[in-house]
Amino acid sequence: MRRLILSIVTAAAALSFSTTVQAREKTLTVYTYESFISDWGPGPKVKEAFEKTCACRLNFVGVADGVALLTRLKLEGEKTDADIALGLDTNLISEAKATGLFGPHGLDTSAVKVPGNYSDDTFIPYDYGHFAVVYDTQTVKNPPRSLKDLVEGDPSQKIVIEDPRTSTPGLGLLLWVRSVYDDKAPEAWAKLRKRVLTVTPGWSEAYGLFTKGEVPMVFSYTTSPAYHMVEEKTDRYQAAAFSEGHYIHIEVAGLLKGSHDKDMARQFLKFMVSPAFQDIIPTTNWMMPATKTSAPLPDAFGKLVQPKNTFLMGADEVAKNRQAWIDEWLNAMSLN
Amino acid sequence: MLTKIERRRGIALGLTSLVGIALFVGIAAFALLSWDAGQAQNRLLTAYNWRILQFTLWQATLSTLLSITFALPVALALGRRPAFPGRIWIVRLMALPMGLPVLIGALGLIGIWGRQGVVNSLLLNLGVEQPVSIYGLSGILIAHVFFNMPLAARLLLAALERLPAEYWLLSSSLGMKPFSVFRFVEWPAARRVIPGIAGLIFMLCATSFTLVLVLGGGPAATTLEVAIYQSLRFDFDPSRAIALSLLQIGITAVILAAISRFPAPDDTDSSLGRTNRRFDGRNWKAKLWDVAAILLATVFLILPLTSILLAGAKADLWKLLMSSAFHRAAWTSFAIALSAGLLAVATSLAIISARRALADIRHPGRPAKILSSALAATASLVLLVPPVVLGTGWFLALRPFGDVARFAPVLVAIINMLMALPFVIRILAPAIETHRRRTSRLSASLGLSGLPQLLRIDLPVLAKPLLTALSFAMALSLGDLGAVALFGSGELTTLPWLVYSQLSSYRTNDADGLALLLGAICLGLTMLGTAGQRRAGHG
Repeated sequence: MRRLILSIVTAAAALSFSTTVQAREKTLTVYTYESFISDWGPGPKVKEAFEKTCACRLNFVGVADGVALLTRLKLEGEKTDADIALGLDTNLISEAKATGLFGPHGLDTSAVKVPGNYSDDTFIPYDYGHFAVVYDTQTVKNPPRSLKDLVEGDPSQKIVIEDPRTSTPGLGLLLWVRSVYDDKAPEAWAKLRKRVLTVTPGWSEAYGLFTKGEVPMVFSYTTSPAYHMVEEKTDRYQAAAFSEGHYIHIEVAGLLKGSHDKDMARQFLKFMVSPAFQDIIPTTNWMMPATKTSAPLPDAFGKLVQPKNTFLMGADEVAKNRQAWIDEWLNAMSLN
Repeated sequence: MLTKIERRRGIALGLTSLVGIALFVGIAAFALLSWDAGQAQNRLLTAYNWRILQFTLWQATLSTLLSITFALPVALALGRRPAFPGRIWIVRLMALPMGLPVLIGALGLIGIWGRQGVVNSLLLNLGVEQPVSIYGLSGILIAHVFFNMPLAARLLLAALERLPAEYWLLSSSLGMKPFSVFRFVEWPAARRVIPGIAGLIFMLCATSFTLVLVLGGGPAATTLEVAIYQSLRFDFDPSRAIALSLLQIGITAVILAAISRFPAPDDTDSSLGRTNRRFDGRNWKAKLWDVAAILLATVFLILPLTSILLAGAKADLWKLLMSSAFHRAAWTSFAIALSAGLLAVATSLAIISARRALADIRHPGRPAKILSSALAATASLVLLVPPVVLGTGWFLALRPFGDVARFAPVLVAIINMLMALPFVIRILAPAIETHRRRTSRLSASLGLSGLPQLLRIDLPVLAKPLLTALSFAMALSLGDLGAVALFGSGELTTLPWLVYSQLSSYRTNDADGLALLLGAICLGLTMLGTAGQRRAGHG
């Protein structure tokens, strides 16, 4: 009886294993963040467009958000299945390079035009946007006009933010506060904490709570209102322009050293900065394209907040201080 | 009396499970402690860890107090109204949250208590400016009360109903006022069980994972378990995870030690069968009070369940059922649950038979006694070392051997098995004990032993409690998010993990639909389990 039970158990366990093993055909595996591959995100269209050109299968693997993407790669180390990591941002690249998992792309990236003329031998930008607090005009009559306003405003008016340990927007807010407040950042967080309804692991959860009406403000991008203007034909959701300036988010992709088909991975990166990919980005990922699109952007993009001043920290500085700043953030946010 | 061979076999089986479980827990503990333990020591009591610890205990204290405070009037009212319309259904309703996967319950609660939920729209209409928040401490408390108040109410009610009928007769012939009845009859009965119930609830709330993960709302409202999970999954900071794990084990050890001093609450023979005649509480004030207490509790419990049902029904259930993501997750979940369930039952049988064999020794020496209590302790080891800690240990132990996700199904199944073990033993041990007492002499006189005894004497009677235990363990495993959360990834997706990850994208409609399906499956399994138990209990 016992032996029988044991054999059933092993059989069941073995079966659950076998479902995970799939025949490996010519496949390119791209690790990215959750919202990129959602039905309404760029993922499905990118997959279709790329597969037309490569006679291969493009396989997206989604994790909560950009920082989680790096954590996952660190966890998996050299045994990772990923050929491409798409969705880190410039804040993380020093740390990403330090893992030794990424290799040079060896491509000509002169077509890429992002603010600050960012260019790198390992990571290629594919879009960018400025972070911003997006609010619901129906419930927020007096939106914050500066980061200071946000920090010191009415604590009963809530905002949902992302966790800097998992999310690139979360990290962006951390760095933004740091850029403006410098050493006083912990005090600023201790104040802002009272306005925070909840902290989500990724951008999609935060934005989901916002659009469901659970919270009147969310930490997102200056470009987010374009989505509502184009897709929902409404001006209800607006980004708040902050007088200090806005932190910029430049999203990049890189090639994994351990990729089993580097040529195809390079082909994907080339495709990524071509109009075929870039045309998809503005109206699915709702970010600014990194290279020229074949048609001008929808009018809605002309109505967005144009930051007067742009913050961007050096990746080395971020790499050096990220852990300490996150500990500070945890400390300030866990005050009761 | 057992034959020598039977005794040896029993002890051998017990030893095998003992060693197996000890190894599983031991390797995890060893991996935790050997991973730069020095660094973890330095980080044991950082300001952040200290606050997490405080919050963990604070929310557990509040949850326990609230659950018992609300449960007491409900139990008293139900006790005083044996003929309350639909009473049996209300008592059964109170058993539902136990079988409902925590994640699904949380979804239902968000539907009711969220900013767009019924409660807040009502409050808004009444002119209340500040909505009740389902996130942070208030949310965690609401959810803990939702899951634990009914448990407390059932256990209290059982204590009241165990009072002899003469008490009520006497108190009415003495003309005692409601307050006197409370003071001299009901309260003494409740007081005896409250410490045990409070300890149980405190333990459940102090180790709460899923609810805090979903409703926590950031570092200000994080329990140790969630912080352990985050320091591994979010930062990959093993030394912090280890420091927090040590704190967690310390706390559970203290709580368990405290609980062991109280009598264990017991809801066998509960309410469902026996009801006493009550002669008190005939005036309209008492009636109004009781009806209000019962109705409020019922509404509080039924609203989130209804919300799950309604939200789930809006989803395209058929499409979900046919989707490959559902098939994969359901298959994985089922394989894990079945493995965990069968393993739990097999291990429980081994432990029970070994303890029986040891009890059978006429003059047990010290080793036998120690072994017997070690076996009893093993069954509850998972209470001391929570799933997230076990997972963390194995995670670190297996990392050098490649992608941890590959080992995940086996690990999750074993951890689920350990989680189910205390419950399974509680179901099986009394059933087997009764059965043996009735049949051991018969078997001996018939000269039956081994397989024939198993097939002819044991199986027909024990099949039901075995199935009960199996379905209970499977329901527990099917609904579990804690063990799988550490390992969950694209490759390993169980049903709760699917719900959780869909919840986090825009696909909430699908999440609602899946929640309904999963909730229905788990409730079905638990009901199957409790129905069997009841029959076995009376049979």
